[in-house]
Amino acid sequence: MPTLSLHDVRKSFGGNRVLDGIDLTVRTGEMICLIGASGSGKSTLLRCMNLLEPIDDGRILLDGADISEPGLDPQPIRARIGMVFQSYNLFPHMSALDNVMLAPRRVRGLTREALRGPCAALFERFGLSDRMAHYPDQLSGGQQQRVAIIRALAMEPEIMLFDEITSALDPELVGEVLDVLRDLRGTGMTMVLATHEMGFARDLADRICFLDQGRICEEGPPSEIFSRPREARTRAFLSRVLQGGMAG
Amino acid sequence: MSAPTRRQIFETRQRRRANGIAAASTCAVLVSVVLLVPLAPGWEAVQRSFFNAEVFANTFPGLLNAFLLDVAIFAWCAPLIAALGLLVALARDLRTPALYPVRLLAIAYTDVFRGLPVILVIYLIGFGIPGLGLPRPWNSPYIWGSLALILVYAAYVAEVIRSGIESIHQSQRAAALSLGLSGADTMRFVILPQALRRVVPANMNLFVALQKDVALLSFIGPVEIFRQAGVYKSLMANFTPYVGAAIIFLAITIPATRYADYLMNITRRTQS
Amino acid sequence: MTLRATSAFCLALCGLGVAAQAQDSCASGKTLTEDTLTIATGNPAYYPWVMNDAPESGEGFEAAVAYALAAEMGFSAEQVRWVRTSFDQSIQPGAKDFDINLQQFSITEEREKMVDFSIPYYSSAMAVLTTQRVIDEGATATIDSLKGLLWGADANTTAVPMLTGLIDPARAPLLYGDNTDVTAAMQAGQIDAALFDLPTALYLSAVVLNDGAILGQFPADRSDNPDQFGMLMEEGSALKECVDAALTRLTESGQLAEIEAEWLSQTTGVPVIE
Repeated sequence: MPTLSLHDVRKSFGGNRVLDGIDLTVRTGEMICLIGASGSGKSTLLRCMNLLEPIDDGRILLDGADISEPGLDPQPIRARIGMVFQSYNLFPHMSALDNVMLAPRRVRGLTREALRGPCAALFERFGLSDRMAHYPDQLSGGQQQRVAIIRALAMEPEIMLFDEITSALDPELVGEVLDVLRDLRGTGMTMVLATHEMGFARDLADRICFLDQGRICEEGPPSEIFSRPREARTRAFLSRVLQGGMAG
Repeated sequence: MSAPTRRQIFETRQRRRANGIAAASTCAVLVSVVLLVPLAPGWEAVQRSFFNAEVFANTFPGLLNAFLLDVAIFAWCAPLIAALGLLVALARDLRTPALYPVRLLAIAYTDVFRGLPVILVIYLIGFGIPGLGLPRPWNSPYIWGSLALILVYAAYVAEVIRSGIESIHQSQRAAALSLGLSGADTMRFVILPQALRRVVPANMNLFVALQKDVALLSFIGPVEIFRQAGVYKSLMANFTPYVGAAIIFLAITIPATRYADYLMNITRRTQS
Repeated sequence: MTLRATSAFCLALCGLGVAAQAQDSCASGKTLTEDTLTIATGNPAYYPWVMNDAPESGEGFEAAVAYALAAEMGFSAEQVRWVRTSFDQSIQPGAKDFDINLQQFSITEEREKMVDFSIPYYSSAMAVLTTQRVIDEGATATIDSLKGLLWGADANTTAVPMLTGLIDPARAPLLYGDNTDVTAAMQAGQIDAALFDLPTALYLSAVVLNDGAILGQFPADRSDNPDQFGMLMEEGSALKECVDAALTRLTESGQLAEIEAEWLSQTTGVPVIE
């Protein structure tokens, strides 16, 4: 059963066409990795899926209902779709636990008491039990990003979007965050990731979408995309990235 | 404890040298002020008019007492200024079309009241509104003078808070919205707490200025410290009471300003 | 060339000699500018002390006194120069830009420590300025009634200590920077009454206030603490002796009383406060 589908989605900033007719279907329990050069539209695509950016044209359907209808209240939709950002975006004036509890309290109307158990369990699951009372500036980048993931999960979303969540991390901290994604993958969470971690994408994704100039240039299972890319642009991109990876 | 490194020894010597030079030059300036100023031909007259010990001793207790009124006026104005400033700052941020008039009003309000001299507003409101024929006690200069101060200072505070709101990175709003928080909740729980914390030093400076401008209320009647000093000055034909008032003001405003600078430094350090 | 210059110098000397002869010797060499008496008034100067804010006309009580005094000291009307000062300017230390300053300065012991005053040229009654509304509400010319009113005064005048001394109001008075602000506050109903010298009170009541009224006066000849106006001069002014002598002659000749009668005649007929 398709969970989220995009049909001919277009988006421009000023005269700059960032999404130029995107068609994509995300099925329940699926993990999709968006790859492509910077500026290819990966981030914008994720932000449009979460209605942080209104789209210019096309449709986005969630369980068959059009959520891209102009004038629709985006709040309940966003509550069903979790999002994690490259720069963590934790609220610096709140403890890790308060960061996690804020949205469930305000949006789902739950009390602190009701939330304490489930939240503690999430912190426990991702190895941060002793960091609940810490403020963001007392946490490492990897810990902050894990708290950001917990914060999104606390809303019990149907889909999770990840926008290059390891790009801002020091190399030695990338592993702990990828472990969290692996854990989530194991629970069958529906996920869409924009990522530069090609090894990770190859190992775990159900499908890879290569974006170029606002279009999905090529999509398919990782085995196909990484081993036998059909498009010349895909090949050029992958050889650039993988060489860079080797050199690095 | 280990022996000092070569660098530490060098830096200690440098520091000692710098302190020595600073102390010597400060002394030189002080000494020349203390010795040279009294040599000016008019010094004796100035001393008698501005630094008259007898007049100072006679008037200082009265000035101190009058300053209590300044403190009281400050105390009831400050919270109202903070509240109104916050409301106006939020009104300027409204994006709902139906509330556009409110936003427009907020913009006009901040423009007008930041563009007027405080004393003018105090005159216009302090005499003008009671002149409409309000019964006592509703025509009191304390009420309308305070309102004038509140209106002017809330306009400045609103601008400061708005700049604080705008200084919060867009990604914070995005993170809050992506969690499903409403616009109002995003402002209340995520943006505003950070923005307000960031503008504490700027607002401190405004409130130091307010403490001084309370004296302007004297123009419409209340006998606070500035007016009391003026009465003493008139009766004794001597300006020493003004010096007394200045000392009392400085005793409050210098520590407050220093504290604001200290907070500003902390904020700058945590932001970088 | 030399000849012409010498004769010009001679002429100048002669001219000086003529001017010096024209004036009483007592002021000679003691004024700011030789052969000129520089007199200061307020900015603005108020009726009936100076008419139309134009002291050069000699109209108004203080303007007329100034010209009479100047004549008595040997200055012609052309030799009188007017300047304007605020109260604060007139008492600030340092060189003054006037020889004498007339703007209803009350002589007090404490002020005399800082500046010089001439002998009095006017003894003023203090008057209670109020509005018809306050009188309609039952205010009367008795100390008991006055105590209950909300008072105002010009902060720069001796009305402030007199308020406490004569009336001792129940509530603290409100004080203002000038006449205009006192009347504005009265018009706004923020104060009931204000204490002024009688001529000023009459002027404000008749011209400035909408329904102004004079409730009563404390006569000038009351025993303690009468309000007397003196001409202000720099502390230790060399001119004081000369001014006092001229004022004494004006008083004794009856000329001062004539000027007072001409410009301040309406001050009779105001009820005396018991």
